[in-house]
Amino acid sequence: MTVPRGERLLMRGNEAVAQAAMDAGCRAFFGYPITPQNQIPDYMAAHMPEVGGVFLQAESEVAAINMVYGASAAGVRVMTSSSSPGISLKQEGISYLAQAELPCVIVNIMRGGSGLGNIAPAQADYFQAVKGGGHGDYRTFVLAAWSVQELYDLTREAFEMADRYRNPVLLLGDAILGQMMEPVVIPEEVVDPAALPPKEWATTGAKGRPRNIVNSLYIEPSDLQEVNLRLQARYDEAARRDVQYETEDLEEAEIAVVAYGTAARVAVTAIAQARAAGIRVGLFRPISLYPFPSKEIAALADRVRAIWVVELSTGQFVEDVRLAVEGRCPVRFYGRTGGVVITPAEVLREIQHLAEESQG
Amino acid sequence: MTKESAAQPRVIYDRPKALLPLRMHYCPGCTHGLVHRLVAEVMDELELAERTVGIAPVGCAVFAYNYFDCDMIEAAHGRAPAVATGVKRVRPDLFVFTYQGDGDLASIGIAETIHAAARGEKISIIFINNAVYGMTGGQMAPTTLPGQKTTTTPYGRDPESDGNPLRVCELLSVLQGPAYIARVSVTNPRMVRQAKRSIRRAFQAQLDGLGFALVEVLSTCPTRWGMPPVEALTWLEENMVPYYPLKEFVVADALREKK
Repeated sequence: MTVPRGERLLMRGNEAVAQAAMDAGCRAFFGYPITPQNQIPDYMAAHMPEVGGVFLQAESEVAAINMVYGASAAGVRVMTSSSSPGISLKQEGISYLAQAELPCVIVNIMRGGSGLGNIAPAQADYFQAVKGGGHGDYRTFVLAAWSVQELYDLTREAFEMADRYRNPVLLLGDAILGQMMEPVVIPEEVVDPAALPPKEWATTGAKGRPRNIVNSLYIEPSDLQEVNLRLQARYDEAARRDVQYETEDLEEAEIAVVAYGTAARVAVTAIAQARAAGIRVGLFRPISLYPFPSKEIAALADRVRAIWVVELSTGQFVEDVRLAVEGRCPVRFYGRTGGVVITPAEVLREIQHLAEESQG
Repeated sequence: MTKESAAQPRVIYDRPKALLPLRMHYCPGCTHGLVHRLVAEVMDELELAERTVGIAPVGCAVFAYNYFDCDMIEAAHGRAPAVATGVKRVRPDLFVFTYQGDGDLASIGIAETIHAAARGEKISIIFINNAVYGMTGGQMAPTTLPGQKTTTTPYGRDPESDGNPLRVCELLSVLQGPAYIARVSVTNPRMVRQAKRSIRRAFQAQLDGLGFALVEVLSTCPTRWGMPPVEALTWLEENMVPYYPLKEFVVADALREKK
């Protein structure tokens, strides 16, 4: 199948992710079925053979992430996708990938949790995504999309970032973003995997060079500390170079809604209605959740009366916002959990309350 | 004897090229070092080192990546067959082997082992069965024999409460994917030669694209068994071999025709 390029087409979020991965030069996908991300492996199974890539349905999420570990060690661009309970199973492998300095892209199309939860949209994996998730002193870079187009764009970007920092990159969507269809423009330009710079560290057979070892074991504490500090330096560099966010109507705003992904998508409708009713409110939307736009949120806190965080959890993302704000202004929270999605009417009502309070 | 020949003795036994000249961390009398050597000898004979990726386990052989002179990957506990699958699928031109112990392969990694075998994944596995967890201090392994004492079966393994040992070769032999499955031991020179022949067949199975290959090597752990090395060899022959019969369980026809 040839995807029409350079023109608007209707595409499902999950399929946009899969197409973007192949366009980014990804030639290996290992996954395991779980709702609501199944269109990603389905699409990969159908189309990887067309580009000479590898699709393999693993026996478990645990096996899938370790296949990613092997393929990444062998130097190719590789991806896996899953949804919340499956991402929990992958955490051991993600910890090893990070410590072994192996790039890869992991997609989490989040669903309601905890436990088996349900298959409705949620943002309850925020802590797991941005604080490490598995054991040890590592981070994954985390990008969160709010539209099908952005799922496509960020998937492509995730591969560049993973290779640049030799670190796993986690792409967050949810049941809404993965399942809904929206217009998207797929660009003409694609990455030719053969044209990518060679990975000198990869295990590809030690012909004409000293052997390479991919490893996460450093028995000498000072050695492990050295590696961990090297990883930390990369995270610091990303915090300087790769913070991403978008703002809407913040110039004159007295209230800033801070939200990411689907929550931001809902909020933006309510913000437009509130502004039409004369309330000076705008949106700050982090796109990179790690590195987190702390400085930008602190600066925002200096010039608004209040910050209002809306998210699809009982309050995870709000903690990082509060850490960034450091008491500069009040931070209020509104969340829904268990797969219940916030409506624009709810958001509008809360914005109106907050506006009245901050006037008073 | 002339002076010249005395100065240049004929080498009849030397370190294989694929094995680095390092002091190994294994205990005295442990057979890991011997099996490492056999793997390296076969790598030399088949001229594989430059296109090999080896996968080390978690357990006593965790440092195997230090010893083989080829590209190596250290895997998480039990995940080596999945890691090997990832490498082999994206680089089918490479020779990929894993080296795993009984806890790694037969307990925490049994799912990865069975599914790699069922898929007929073109990888070669060296499976060290010494019936005990060595690295962690001598706990019960999935292959610990009934009645065998370990730190977690201090009164001897009781199948009623501790479960029964797993016979991995027998388990995998019923699958369609394996091209070569064999159990060997290394308790005497004849057995060592047989073990090497099996390792060579397991490597050849991959090189010929025939499918999954596994060689189980019954091994000694004098330290955790609490006996001197020679006694450990005898204990293995008298106790492990009756429970874990030495034989070739699966030999693909194409492999059998090859001498």
